[in-house]
This record gives sequence, C-alpha cells and structure tokens, in this order.
Amino acid sequence: MSKVLELKNIEKTFYAGTVNENYVIKNLSLDLEDGDYVTVIGGNGAGKSTMLNIISGALLPDSGSVTIDGEDVTKLKEYQRAKYLGRVFQDPRLGTATNMSIAENMAIANRRGKNRGLKWGLPKSEEAEYKELLSILDLGLENRLDAKMGLLSGGQRQAVTLLMATIQRPKILLLDEHTAALDPKTAAKVLEITDKIVTQNKLTTVMITHNMRDAIKHGNRLVMLDAGRVILDIRGEEKQNLTVDQLLKKFEHLGGESTLSDRMLLG
Amino acid sequence: MINIILGAVSLGLLWAIMTTGVFLTYRVLDYADLSVEGSIVMGAAIVAKLITSGVNPVIATVIAFAGGLVAGTVTGLLNTKLKIPSLLAGILTMIALYSVNIRIMGKANITLLKSETVFTMIEAIGLDGNIGVIVLAVVVNAAIAFALYWFFGTELGCAVRATGDNEKMARAQGINTDTMKILALALSNGLVALSGALIAQDQSYADVSMGQGAIVIGLASVIIGEVLFYRGNFMNRLVSVVLGAVVYRIIIALVIEMGMRPTDLKLFTAITVAICLALPTFKPQLKTAVAKIMPHKREVK
Ligand SMILES: Nc1ncnc2c1ncn2[C@@H]1O[C@H](COP(=O)(O)OP(=O)(O)O)[C@@H](O)[C@H]1O
Ligand SMILES: [Mg+2]
Repeated sequence: MSKVLELKNIEKTFYAGTVNENYVIKNLSLDLEDGDYVTVIGGNGAGKSTMLNIISGALLPDSGSVTIDGEDVTKLKEYQRAKYLGRVFQDPRLGTATNMSIAENMAIANRRGKNRGLKWGLPKSEEAEYKELLSILDLGLENRLDAKMGLLSGGQRQAVTLLMATIQRPKILLLDEHTAALDPKTAAKVLEITDKIVTQNKLTTVMITHNMRDAIKHGNRLVMLDAGRVILDIRGEEKQNLTVDQLLKKFEHLGGESTLSDRMLLG
Repeated sequence: MINIILGAVSLGLLWAIMTTGVFLTYRVLDYADLSVEGSIVMGAAIVAKLITSGVNPVIATVIAFAGGLVAGTVTGLLNTKLKIPSLLAGILTMIALYSVNIRIMGKANITLLKSETVFTMIEAIGLDGNIGVIVLAVVVNAAIAFALYWFFGTELGCAVRATGDNEKMARAQGINTDTMKILALALSNGLVALSGALIAQDQSYADVSMGQGAIVIGLASVIIGEVLFYRGNFMNRLVSVVLGAVVYRIIIALVIEMGMRPTDLKLFTAITVAICLALPTFKPQLKTAVAKIMPHKREVK
C-alpha cells in the first residue's frame, strides 16, 4: 500500500532557549496508508493539535520531514499545501468566512489548490452542485445558499466546513476536535456526516477527538499521543474489538506522563 | 447657501474616492491603514509636479494613481514580509512619504493656478465651476464603484474578501493571504492618491501637509455612510461610502457656516469618529439606560 502521509522524526519545541521552553513533539514518526481513517486521542497538551498544525504547515517543525503522497512538503507554506489537505477546526468560526454567503464559501473551497483569476467567483452554473452537496447534510441549508455564514449555528458551520474541506478531494482530511464545541446531539450528527463523507469518498483521514468512545467507534485505526510521542497504534480487528476500559488500562500500563483529562474519561 | 452646499458636494465627491480606498482596507481587509495620510499627498504632489512640467493632466492623474499603488505595496510588504504590525507599517510609510513628497515637488507646495487641469479641460466643454467638478467626480466615482463591484465578484476578489474575513480559513483554502493583503493595500492607496490628485487640481495647489487627518476623515465618512445609507448588498455599500463622504463635507460646511473655527474641525471630526467607534461598546448600557427612562420602549437602534 502506498503511503499518503509520512511524518519522520518530527521535533518541535516552543519558546526554545527561554524559561517558557516547551518540548512538545518528540521524535514523532507516523505513516498513513491510503484510506486510513485514524482517530487520535491523548490528554490535554499531548501535542495532538501541534502535530496536525505541522502536517498542515500552520507550524513548521524544528526538524524532521513531512511527506504527502511521496512529495516532501516540509518547506511548503500553509497555503501551498492546502491543495492536498481538507481541514476542519475545533472552533466553528475558524472554518468559514462569516460575512460571505454559504455559496461564496463553497465556491472559494471549490477553488482550493487552483489559480484564482478574474473569472466570476460564484458562477450560477455551480449553484446546483452546491445545493446537492448541502442536501446531503439534511440541515435544510440547500435552500439558504445566499445566507451569510455568520447566521448559521456552530453545528451547521462545522457541517458546511466539512463539505468545503472535501468538495475538492483532499489527499488527507484533518479534523481537530471538530465536534468539541458542539452540544452532544449536534456533535453526534456532525460525526455521522463525517463518517458518511469519509467512507463515501474513501478519504484518508486524521480525526483528533477527546472522546474515547468516539475514537473507538470511528475509523479503522486508533493512535494515542502522550507528551509528544505515539504511545499506542491499534488497527484492524484489534481496534474493532477495543473497549474504553481496555484503552484506559493500556494507557495506565504504558505509564502516560500526562493524566487523561476528566472530559476524556467521561467521554 | 446653495453655493456652499454645491461646494461641499463637489469636495465630498472628490474625497469620496479616498473614502472608498479607506473602505477597502478598513472594512474589506479589516486593516487600519495610516499610509493614506501620505499617499493622498503623494497623488497631489505627483500630479502638481507633472502638470507644471507640461504633462497632460489626465496622464498626470493616472500616474498619480500608479504612485499610490506603489505606496500601498510598500505598506503591504512591510506588514506581510517583514511582519511589522499593521498600524506601525502604515505609520512608517506615512512618515517616509513626507520626505518623498517633498522630493517629488522639490518644495513644500506647488500652485496650479495658471496651469491646465482636468477641471479646466471640462470647463472648455461648457461645464464650469462646481457643476463641472461634480459631473467629473460622479463619473469617476461611478466607474470606480462598478470596477470594484466587478472585481470583488471575481475569484481573485473573493479571495481578498475571504482574507479580510478569516485569514485562517483563507490559507486553509489555499489563498496566499500575504499577496491578497498587498493587493488590497495597493488598490486602496492607489484610489487615495487618485483622490489627492483630483483634490489638488480642484484647489489649484498641492501642499505637503494636506493629508493631515485624512484617515480620520475617511473613517468618519465610511461610518456616516454605513449608518445612514447601508442596507444590503455590496454595490449599495460602495454607494453608501460615497454618500457618507458627501454628507461629511456638508456637515463640515454647515458647522463652519454656524461659526465653528476651521482649526477646530479636526477636533470635531475626531470626537465624531470616537463616538461612532465607541457606540458598539456602549450599546448595552445605552439600552438599559433608555429602558430605565422609558420602560415601555424596549429596543434602541
Ligand atoms: N502556537 C503555539 N505557540 C506556543 N505554544 C504552543 C502553540 N501551540 C501549542 N502550544 C503548546 O504546546 C503544547 C501542546 O499543545 P497542543 O498541541 O495544542 O495539545 P493538544 O491538542 O494535544 O491538547 C501545549 O503546552 C501548548 O500550550
Ligand atoms: Mg488540541
């Protein structure tokens, strides 16, 4: 199988050489195979978001390399890597442009990785496609193409952001606790939509979650980060049969440096 | 009286071009750009120097616009490539332009009283005085509004808007946000310089200090326009900005007519803008205060 993502010996320290020095990612290596749907768990501050930010180029590693589908992208800027990546953030406000309409947001996403010139930014001919995609969400948004993004609820915004992240097929879909800011019912709905989009399009996906149950339920592979290292990487049948209890035991056994936060235990 | 109003309208329409530039940075890009104080003078300086050197006024005006593009690009590069905070980047360009503008003119001011200008050119076809200025300014403002309306509907224009709206989203969608900022700043300062070039030709002089307070006048005009006229789409918004600039000039003409000292104008404008900018902060308190005085009245708008 071909590797879609290769993180090799990634190191990241914040505020190096100051009293606030924070060694966050420690010689981290991780490979994703085509079609992998990996859930990532780990305590607060384990470095999960930092890892995702290093993949997306929002942060640069101190050393190590990031390779996407065989291309070394370590030096590429965030906007240059965007053509390979679909992203949804924890904060629903971050994924969309508030003062632009749903359709305009989707049109912008539809041009991810393409040259933007002086052609019309939102051609009428594309609206049918956006309507159809929005109807998949089953949130009634297909009739509100002209509504400003800022009028939507957090859950609706995350759902639209998911569509935007995948309207141009990404090589990797990066989800950083994208349901954490939502109420449980909405979170479940957005996760359901996520599963649907990922499986239908066979997307290689990294989904960070603070919820152990979700981490077990979704995807084909589970990775646990602790203090900037991968301490657990379970896949296949073993992953399917995993329980929250087993996961907790494994974590204790491995002697995680940080304690799993309360919200994770409750998850 | 009618002449005072006509004078205010013509001046307002010329300043409206600058206001549109300020609107681009302040509202579309969400960037308070102080370099406009220098670029408005730069437009005036370039046009005055070129016209007195015998260049055709129309060509001189276009070159002034180009000079503004360069000034805005410098601010954009300072901010995006050298990572200088936006306010400071604007101040640096503004200060630098002071020297540049004197170099362009060779002195602190140039008179155009005996020179041909775009306005003497249209006088020649029978439109003179304020009417001539108003006609020309309306045409220029309309052309700018249509051009911007079109531009911000294109893929590139949408990318600029997305950058101003949500930089993180823009980058995640593959938009080079640095380039978009530079582009918007260049365009904005180009319009501001164009405005300065026309104002200089209208007033028949260019002076190195004529830009003082321009940013505040621009902001006041943008806010007045939004409050009084903005109701919906982008075209309406562009028009509201122009009208805001005109209303601002009429207000100023009236308060001067009522006896305010011209030297107090900047204070007056600054206070007006401060109040407008503070309104959102005080809205909740205002609501409770009104509710106390008038319990039956629920909403304050
Ligand atoms: N951009 C940043 N600048 C400085 N410190 C950061 C930055 N991003 C993360 N950190 C620090 O790195 C550590 C790991 O953070 P993060 O990757 O967000 O953890 P997680 O997502 O696993 O909760 C934390 O101590 C955090 O404060
Ligand atoms: Mg995180």
